[in-house]
Amino acid sequence: MAMIESLGLTKRLGGRAVVQDVTFRCEPGTVTGFLGPNGAGKTTTMRMLCGLSRPDAGTASVLDGAYRDLPNPGRRVGILLDAGAQHGGRRGQEALGVSAQMMGVAAARVPELLELVGLDRRAARQRLRQYSLGMRQRLGLAHALLGDPEVLILDEPANGLDPEGMRWMRELLRDFADRGGTVLLSSHLLHEVEAVADQMVIIGGGRIVAAGTRAELLADAGTLVCATDAAALGTALSAAGLAARPHADGGYVVDAEPEEVGRIALAGGVALTRLGPSESAGLEQLFFDLTSGAPDAGPAAADLQEAVR
Amino acid sequence: MSTATATRPHGFHARGAGTRPSLARLTKVELRKMTDTRAGFWLLLSLVGLTALVVVISALTGPALDHRFQPMLYNALQPGTVLLPIIGILLVTSEWSQRTAMITFALVPHRERVLAAKLLASVVLATVAFVATLAMAAVATAASASGVDGQWTLGAGLFGQMAFSTAISMLVGVGFGAALLLSAPAIVGFFAIPIAVSAATHVVHALRGVGQWIDQARTLPDLLDHSYSADEWAKAGVTLVVWLAVPLAIGAWRFTRGEVR
Repeated sequence: MAMIESLGLTKRLGGRAVVQDVTFRCEPGTVTGFLGPNGAGKTTTMRMLCGLSRPDAGTASVLDGAYRDLPNPGRRVGILLDAGAQHGGRRGQEALGVSAQMMGVAAARVPELLELVGLDRRAARQRLRQYSLGMRQRLGLAHALLGDPEVLILDEPANGLDPEGMRWMRELLRDFADRGGTVLLSSHLLHEVEAVADQMVIIGGGRIVAAGTRAELLADAGTLVCATDAAALGTALSAAGLAARPHADGGYVVDAEPEEVGRIALAGGVALTRLGPSESAGLEQLFFDLTSGAPDAGPAAADLQEAVR
Repeated sequence: MSTATATRPHGFHARGAGTRPSLARLTKVELRKMTDTRAGFWLLLSLVGLTALVVVISALTGPALDHRFQPMLYNALQPGTVLLPIIGILLVTSEWSQRTAMITFALVPHRERVLAAKLLASVVLATVAFVATLAMAAVATAASASGVDGQWTLGAGLFGQMAFSTAISMLVGVGFGAALLLSAPAIVGFFAIPIAVSAATHVVHALRGVGQWIDQARTLPDLLDHSYSADEWAKAGVTLVVWLAVPLAIGAWRFTRGEVR
């Protein structure tokens, strides 16, 4: 049973397809990382899943039907699409109180959730325009959890959280999924998602460019090799006819086994400083390659640089 | 690829997930939203304060004839004709400017129910405001104790018109808010467009006839002044189609279909 399913979702804005034929599904008990640079179409896809935006083609389903057909969606699906989308003149506790009343949740749950996300009594009484981005994100998470939902759809929830907050959120989401919940969370930063996601869906230029578990995505990631003389290493590799992509940290990611790369380096008389399966470096490279190779990714180049860092 | 099981996730008891929020509950939420922000709080407080100020001034000044209940109530209702529409406008536009519409529509995907709740909440607030104004005008009338004939006389027809007019002014605000979806243009438009139309119907000769039917300044304010004749009702009705039904229809379309960003 797919708790969240995007089937060929397509959205055109101003004649340009910002989301094109996006298909993926999220199963119960799993965390799905929805990755891509800013402007890749993550938010638009999530808005279509939540019925806030009409797809030009394709269907979005949540809990086996259109989101719109859920009688009281807040009790089954927790949503955080934009932590800034709150009335600045409302107090933190009141913002949650309004939503609790709307979905018929006991008002007593509001202080519980504020405590859970680490907003103290003073913060609860503050007006939201005085909130920092991190506090807004915490309130947004409290809001998403308010109705005790079984599905979470979170757009860039880690944005603005400090490293400690990010770890806390990962644990929260992991626990949520381990209890049988379904999580879809987006990020433009690989490292935010990598540690918690069971599967990753990578989007670039409005299209899905790769999807699968970490191991599946890395199956052909290649070998990371670094040398004291990078230029000599590059020459040796290309002389051997191997495709070598320069890596951000220096050195190359090569589509070959470490042993073969080592032999070539030996033959070429190059002293290696590092040699092994590319793993995380490979995933970063993969993310970079996949998303930068996609059409329309040009303007997002700066974000890509940030994304792989 | 996944650890999915066919069983229903445990630890989640979707209590209340099967019943959609009632319109009464949504109306209560909208009333709450009118009062729980800083802007909403001060607007309502200004309304109470200004109305009190008006009745005090009315009771202390002017001839004894003006200290009767009817003129007192007429004066007391004036601040509401300005402030209630603004509250109505903000009730809709703040959802867009503050982007809370994303939350509201995620919780209630059938947006027409949200709009209906806003309209109902407006009628409730206008009614409460009317009753409060009534009480303040009554206290002022009693205190001034003018003793003139007909101190407490107020026809049922006029009384009804006053209540109707108070509710309508707020609903026109909601209509403008929904049609424009932006606070400042909606507030400016609410006050400026009728004045411009009124001026045009006075200045442009060809529009004079139309003006009798669509100029708010001519067809609506007297709802608070005297009991309307059939002819006056017809003109007020046409005016309300132009200034209430049309903006509300445009607003309903934009409110239910507009993309929230």
